[in-house]
Amino acid sequence: MSQEADGQKVDTRKRKFLIAATSAVGGVAAAGVAIPLVMSMMPSARARAAGAPVEVDISKIESGAILTIEWQGKPVWIVNRSAEMLDLLGKHDDKLNDPQSEQPQQPAYCKNPTRSIKKEYLVAVGICTHLGCSPTFRKEVGAADLGADWPGGFFCPCHGSTFDLAARVFKNVPAPINLKIPPHQYLSDAKLLIGVDAKGA
Amino acid sequence: MKRLKNFLLLLAAAPVVAFASGAVHLDRAPVNVADQDSLQRGARIFVNYCLSCHSAASMRYSRLQDLGLTEEQIKDNLLFAAEKPGETMKVGMNKADAKAWFGATPPDLSVIARSRGADWLYTYLRSFYRDDSRATGWNNTVFDKVGMPHVMWNLQGEMAPVYKKVGEHEVIDRLELIKPGSVTLAEYDAMVGDLVNYLVWMGEPDQLKRKQLGIIVLAFLAFFFVVAYYLKKEFWKDIH
Amino acid sequence: MSALQKVMGWVDDRFPLTATYKAHLSEYYAPKNFNFWYFFGSLALLLLVLQIVTGIFLTMNYKPDAELAFASVEYIMRDVEWGWLIRYMHSTGASLFFVVIYLHMFRGLMYGSYRKPRELIWIFGVLIYLALMAEAFLGYLLPWGQMSFWGAQVIVNLFAAVPFIGEDLSIWIRGDFVISDATLNRFFAFHVIALPLVLLGLVVVHLVALHEVGSNNPDGIEIKKHKDPVTHIPLDGIPFHPYYTVKDIVGVIVFLMVFSAIMFFGPEMGGYFLEAANFIPADPLKTPEHIAPLWYFTPFYAILRAVPPMFGSQFPGVVAMGLSIVFLFFLPWLDRSKVKSIRYRGPIYKTMLALFIVSFIGLGYLGLLPSTPIATIFAQVFSVIYFLFFLLMPWYTSIEKTKPEPERVTG
Repeated sequence: MSQEADGQKVDTRKRKFLIAATSAVGGVAAAGVAIPLVMSMMPSARARAAGAPVEVDISKIESGAILTIEWQGKPVWIVNRSAEMLDLLGKHDDKLNDPQSEQPQQPAYCKNPTRSIKKEYLVAVGICTHLGCSPTFRKEVGAADLGADWPGGFFCPCHGSTFDLAARVFKNVPAPINLKIPPHQYLSDAKLLIGVDAKGA
Repeated sequence: MKRLKNFLLLLAAAPVVAFASGAVHLDRAPVNVADQDSLQRGARIFVNYCLSCHSAASMRYSRLQDLGLTEEQIKDNLLFAAEKPGETMKVGMNKADAKAWFGATPPDLSVIARSRGADWLYTYLRSFYRDDSRATGWNNTVFDKVGMPHVMWNLQGEMAPVYKKVGEHEVIDRLELIKPGSVTLAEYDAMVGDLVNYLVWMGEPDQLKRKQLGIIVLAFLAFFFVVAYYLKKEFWKDIH
Repeated sequence: MSALQKVMGWVDDRFPLTATYKAHLSEYYAPKNFNFWYFFGSLALLLLVLQIVTGIFLTMNYKPDAELAFASVEYIMRDVEWGWLIRYMHSTGASLFFVVIYLHMFRGLMYGSYRKPRELIWIFGVLIYLALMAEAFLGYLLPWGQMSFWGAQVIVNLFAAVPFIGEDLSIWIRGDFVISDATLNRFFAFHVIALPLVLLGLVVVHLVALHEVGSNNPDGIEIKKHKDPVTHIPLDGIPFHPYYTVKDIVGVIVFLMVFSAIMFFGPEMGGYFLEAANFIPADPLKTPEHIAPLWYFTPFYAILRAVPPMFGSQFPGVVAMGLSIVFLFFLPWLDRSKVKSIRYRGPIYKTMLALFIVSFIGLGYLGLLPSTPIATIFAQVFSVIYFLFFLLMPWYTSIEKTKPEPERVTG
């Protein structure tokens, strides 16, 4: 075209360099616009405020009873396990997928046989690890619909997954892993704070 | 020719006609949203004096951390009407009660500085005077027959109008202190200045960040311009 | 053959990718003498994309509900990460869209870009302008502030001035007897779905028509008259890509600098882009002291107010306002000049165009002000000039002596 007619030589290297430079800077610009747009889809200040740690008074939970509270919009169970319940916990390890809690479904301070800080109190996120339904609390041992060897625990109505009273999943159910234990700490004997680890933990 | 002259006059007067709210002279508010100390003082006044009747329903207490306050400080000193710092500045007063008491529901103050302007707020809050004909006992030179009483009267003290004659009518010339408050007038002005500064900040808590980001973006675009300009110049050698 | 070429070959056998690229970019030959005024087409396209993208993200957090709308905008401004930036991009983009479109239209007027064979490009363009005005009007209700509410109230009431059916028409538009939740909800639907689709469709046909006949240029002559005998490429044409792409990048950056300067340092633009009264939630019982439409509507608002009520009806004013836009459609046939570009026209056209622009800006300015007798007189004078520009055009363009057009483009 005209560059040949003018007898000028096109400096291809310079052009390539300038194209690369413009593309690079343009790419930065595009990323600069994209980042705020993408970040706007993260939880807003309102969602984060609603997801802030929750203080719970656990002194009113009777032995063997459950209290469900909301944290980050999710149900969190607090079960005050009775001595008999705790007794039964260790007796069905062979039926569990992950009796030793090897999967990182709990903070390190809850990787123990009762999956808790204080052994009576189970604190667990009540959302089934299969597809996200919320299991029901079935504490009656040997319940008719769950079999004579049912040690008490949780039953998911959606697809029939079962968990024991330490929120550990049984074998041969749809849910693959144990229920999640949220970070939590005791502010006092009666006050539990759900959502943050104790400082230094 | 006369029309043209009128038109030019109109041109000159237009901004005044369009944007001034009445003929009241407004004092200039000392706004500086980079002054965190002033904003902290303003926030304290706001929470103590305004928040009992007015809400700021878009503003979260936790956002006060942007002013250099810690969550603990917010919890201990500023959190009267709410339980958690993540909550917004709601008001305890019932809306119907408010209407009965003041004749109107006190407006939400989240963006009051953006609708009224800082100068208006600054002047208004310093222009209350004693008027026994009003149910509240107060009137205001900027907002005649305002429903709001002088909430900070114990600070400023009581002002009374001094009249002057304009033609047939008596109009308020200025206000005069008749009963001193707990602070001097100059101190009161400074307090209102802090409060208005806070209101301006609260109208758009990200405004400082916006301007800082703007400088970066403009600098980046200037650099981008240089690169793109050389690219254009290189290619257009073919044409010229 | 490289892997890329293979992939391209596979695609091209099934979809005209390379052919489209060539037809619209690398082998679309544009006149080589485009000047400053030719940046605004690509800038308008950029703004359309920006408005759609930021609009999508605003929709994620906005609530089209009279109880929640105002607070949801403040929620976006404070609680949503970067929400303030997205909202300001959208509000600044809306006003600058009109700046760009007005300059783009002015370019068309100056260089006769509406003349044969580009009549359809112009008509599609005026339709885009109309759709854009509707889009802006509908969008302005969404923040549900005092200006949103009362602005919509006034404009919808214009329809009530239509004889016989007006009252029912305005009720049908609102879905209520006043601007209400129902109105907000339907305006939202039109703003985020209906009109963006219409706009996109119109922009496509605008560009297809443009690329069919080829671009006009500041000389107003057809570059297709002189083609290379062998290649059949216009001698004064250069491929849009890379020449105009690299040039438009520069234009885009300069524009973005203006955009950023406004958005980051004065997004309210002194009350012209975001009005102070719109920071007060809509209150159906209390009209703000002074209502002015957003600046890009004020010329037409001033024409509306300039026409006095006749036979006890506002309708004539509404008709005048409508006609002021309808005349634009007929421009290609009103202009009888032998030349297209202002460069080769005589002093009469230049004077008329100058008067027209002064009137338009003057009307825009008057539309911002409260109505006073003197302002009304000026609005009437400007309105008459506005209409005479069109009505007298067949006469003054045909009698005027023009300068000879050059054979080939200059400069």
